[in-house]
Amino acid sequence: MSERPDEEMARDETAPGVDSERDSIVGGVRSYAIGLVAAAILTAASFALVQFDIVWGPAVPAALVALAIGQMGVHLVFFLHITTGPDNSNNVLALLFGVLIVALVLLGSIWIMGHLNHNLMGPMATP
Amino acid sequence: MSQTAKAHDPNKLGRAAEPNPDGPAPKRIVVSYGFWIFLLSDFILFACFFAAYAVLVDATAGGPSGKDLFELKLVEAETVLLLLSSFACGLAGVGTMARNMRWFQIAMAATALLGAAFLVLEAYEFLHLIGEGAGPGRSAFLSAFFALVGCHGLHVTLGLLWLTTMMAQAWAKGFREDILRRILCFSLFWHALDIIWVALFTMVYLMGVRG
Amino acid sequence: MSLTGKLGWDSIPFHEPLPLVSAGVIGAVLLGVFIWVWRRGALPYLWSEWITSVDHKRIGVMYCLLAGVMLLRGFSDALLMRSQQAIAYGNEGYLPPDHYDQIFSAHGTIMIFFVAMPFMIGLMNFVVPLQLGVRDVAFPTLNSVSFWLTCSGALLINMSLVIGEFAKTGWLVYPPLSELRFSPGVGVDYYLWALQISGMGTLLSGVNLVTTILKMRAPGMGYSRMPMFTWTSLASNLLIVAAFPVLTACLGMLILDRYLGFHFFTPEAGGNQMMFVNLIWAWGHPEVYILILPAFGVFSEIISTFSSKPLFGYRSMVIATMVICILSFMVWLHHFFTMGAGADVNGFFGITTMIIAVPTGVKVFNWLFTMYGGRIRYTSMMLWSIGFIVTFVIGGMTGVMLAVPPADFVLHNSLFLVAHFHNVIIGGVLFGAFAGFTFWFPKMFGFTLDERWGKRAFWLWISGFYVAFMPLYVLGLMGMTRRMQHYDVPGWHPWLLVAGVGALLILGGIACQVMMLYVSIKTRETRIDESGDPWDGRTLEWITSSPPPAFNFAVLPDVKGEEAYWGIKSKARENRRLSDRPDYEPIKMPRNSPTGIVSAFFATAMGFALIWHIWWLVILGFFGAWGTFIVFAWRDKAEYEIPVDEVERLDQARRRSKATLLDLPEEALS
Repeated sequence: MSERPDEEMARDETAPGVDSERDSIVGGVRSYAIGLVAAAILTAASFALVQFDIVWGPAVPAALVALAIGQMGVHLVFFLHITTGPDNSNNVLALLFGVLIVALVLLGSIWIMGHLNHNLMGPMATP
Repeated sequence: MSQTAKAHDPNKLGRAAEPNPDGPAPKRIVVSYGFWIFLLSDFILFACFFAAYAVLVDATAGGPSGKDLFELKLVEAETVLLLLSSFACGLAGVGTMARNMRWFQIAMAATALLGAAFLVLEAYEFLHLIGEGAGPGRSAFLSAFFALVGCHGLHVTLGLLWLTTMMAQAWAKGFREDILRRILCFSLFWHALDIIWVALFTMVYLMGVRG
Repeated sequence: MSLTGKLGWDSIPFHEPLPLVSAGVIGAVLLGVFIWVWRRGALPYLWSEWITSVDHKRIGVMYCLLAGVMLLRGFSDALLMRSQQAIAYGNEGYLPPDHYDQIFSAHGTIMIFFVAMPFMIGLMNFVVPLQLGVRDVAFPTLNSVSFWLTCSGALLINMSLVIGEFAKTGWLVYPPLSELRFSPGVGVDYYLWALQISGMGTLLSGVNLVTTILKMRAPGMGYSRMPMFTWTSLASNLLIVAAFPVLTACLGMLILDRYLGFHFFTPEAGGNQMMFVNLIWAWGHPEVYILILPAFGVFSEIISTFSSKPLFGYRSMVIATMVICILSFMVWLHHFFTMGAGADVNGFFGITTMIIAVPTGVKVFNWLFTMYGGRIRYTSMMLWSIGFIVTFVIGGMTGVMLAVPPADFVLHNSLFLVAHFHNVIIGGVLFGAFAGFTFWFPKMFGFTLDERWGKRAFWLWISGFYVAFMPLYVLGLMGMTRRMQHYDVPGWHPWLLVAGVGALLILGGIACQVMMLYVSIKTRETRIDESGDPWDGRTLEWITSSPPPAFNFAVLPDVKGEEAYWGIKSKARENRRLSDRPDYEPIKMPRNSPTGIVSAFFATAMGFALIWHIWWLVILGFFGAWGTFIVFAWRDKAEYEIPVDEVERLDQARRRSKATLLDLPEEALS
């Protein structure tokens, strides 16, 4: 029993959230199960990184970011079924646009505010 | 119109095959793509609160900082609950694929309970902080913290309201086409909230606890 | 805890004649219109055909109507300001600072959010599905909700005139002035809630149009066959989706400060007022591109139609549009060069700001090359377009001047800046709105607008604009700051008098536009658009009748190339016959719904209650809105069917009118 009705099969695009690659119940559950396990491992690693002395101190933020990106990727692929297949390219493009704007707003604001704080705020300024 | 007619092509763009031959996309693609776009706008909303948090994280006004306040055990529990809730939501999706109402309802109920448990823990955390005098009015840092985490919690709350409405609707009307589309949108929403949570616990709690 | 929160009899400005009288006049006019409509028995028609309509065409028209009405309010504020500044040399003028501050704040807020935005969104709503060859937008009921939420915001702003006060902070409510400590009244709250509510509507509209353009197009219409107006609408709506969440977040933080004692932007406890400026402009800059891009699209359509030529450089136009879309998110700091981020940051954003002028320049050249060698028809729409090219280029050049940080240090917040942004917004957005409205008016209503009054309006507007705003450039260079309630520099006075005359010329232009509407409606029988294609158009909306039937197209057109309609029309002219008669089928259309106006009603109630701290009403409003959503979600019948003979009858009439237009013999209809 496929997740995609006939009128969708003819097109080369998949709705976001729809699993176009697996069309059996077992396959569907497997996707979520893999995602759960992978995400759990990466999450546990992040928490462990902070609570125990596993990695050299200054590298921890970078490692945390990498693990977070990994977890988000697991969610996107196994839970949201946003893959890199050609049928998903519209969904990925939209996501990339969103990520671009997020990056511009987040990093731009941090850069701008960092400079402003440094120049204009007194002892409270972030170093 | 003659089938052999040449396409009007004043700018000589030239197209071998006909693009978009089937016309407008089927409703399910339209609806879930539209919701996907809305979700991306929601990500941008969160990005602003993240940015505010990043800017204000050191503005503790002589009060407590993240290092002083955050309890990782609580955050671990919250994370596990939300992740399991996402998993349950995925199972509910498989239930709709199988057109199995019982499976769907049980999985959605599990999603709801796990999500509610997450909110209970978060509410406890907030009340505890406020009780200790570390409420949002204490400093800009705490304002940013409460707003960011609270915004996520508000989304979870609204998601639960939506979830329970969906359960009732599916129960009353069965797996009708439009209800299936809404369930798809809900699962997009719920998984996206877990993605935001990953960013949140990493940036706020894990980075914060290190000082 | 009072039942009416902070609201009391003293909230009504009984001792201030100006707002009371204007409110009284407006109230009387509204009541008069309502009674007139009621007496004609048109209320049921209005309810079922317009207020509860989910048809993009009706919603588009209503957006334009909202914009036109709010233009009158915003322009009244402008007249007040110009007259105050013309008078107040060495004296206090006639508007106390308290009022003057509310007037310039309301002027900006209304013009941007309730004139320019609704005008552009209205045109996009009406035209885009027609140009795409489809029946409606992706989410018709959501479209209605968006419109009515925008009305809710407009209503709240107008209520502030007579119940309470408006913000005195300028149109962007910078803290700390907008914080509770320095603005304890309800003015800033009116602003915040009006914009949060209408902002939600706008965001949903953006999602709607992006989805429509990307996922719903006629068969054969690939991206490279979309008309230019559709491309610019796509870019504009992508920006809406990207930018409006930033506005929501930023204003949300200010709301948290004012209502729950948070410290995002307060002077104490570590708040950072500069962050407000940063975030609000991260929205604010994309916002101006949201406004101008559809106007660019309008001009592309008009210039190509009235030059009787395809648009020059389609591909470069598309690329320029998408480049502007992305770059508009990389320039926002130029609005606060002087806040102190330093040379590195200022330099980066100064350069990106100069770069963003380049794709706009590409567009201007493409328009000029489209006109060159064409058979130009100097209709009022073409006049607006030529006026736009000249005026917008001047405004753009002063923008590039401001983009140079050291120059901006002299000119920031002077009247030079005010002149610049009015230059581009009036010359670009407003001229585009007027041109587009005239262009598509026959499609909306089935008859054309009077060209004589239209041209008179144009000449008064454009001369009025230059007379009103060129002096402001001079004044800015002479050192006059913006928003001054009075001054004592003698050299400034003559220029402000001239500017006042300019405002009166613009008033004349508006009067001509009102006359244009009046005369056109009165003589509409003599100016009926029989063929549906009054301008020898090139895009798909002109293949429909005027106005189009609810379903737009009996059969979705099969698009075979760029300028879909021009290709079809040329072929019909060539072959001396229309396309084959299509196989008609019954058509399912979305049902009308009161969801839009009902949810807006509850949103208005919630907004008003939040402003005045009437907490029980907030809760009631929330449950009302939630209930509305549930009722809508629970409905079983979402569509109604148009029977096949109705479809056939309407389409056959359309084909006959097209045959008449192309001068084809009766036998040409098969």
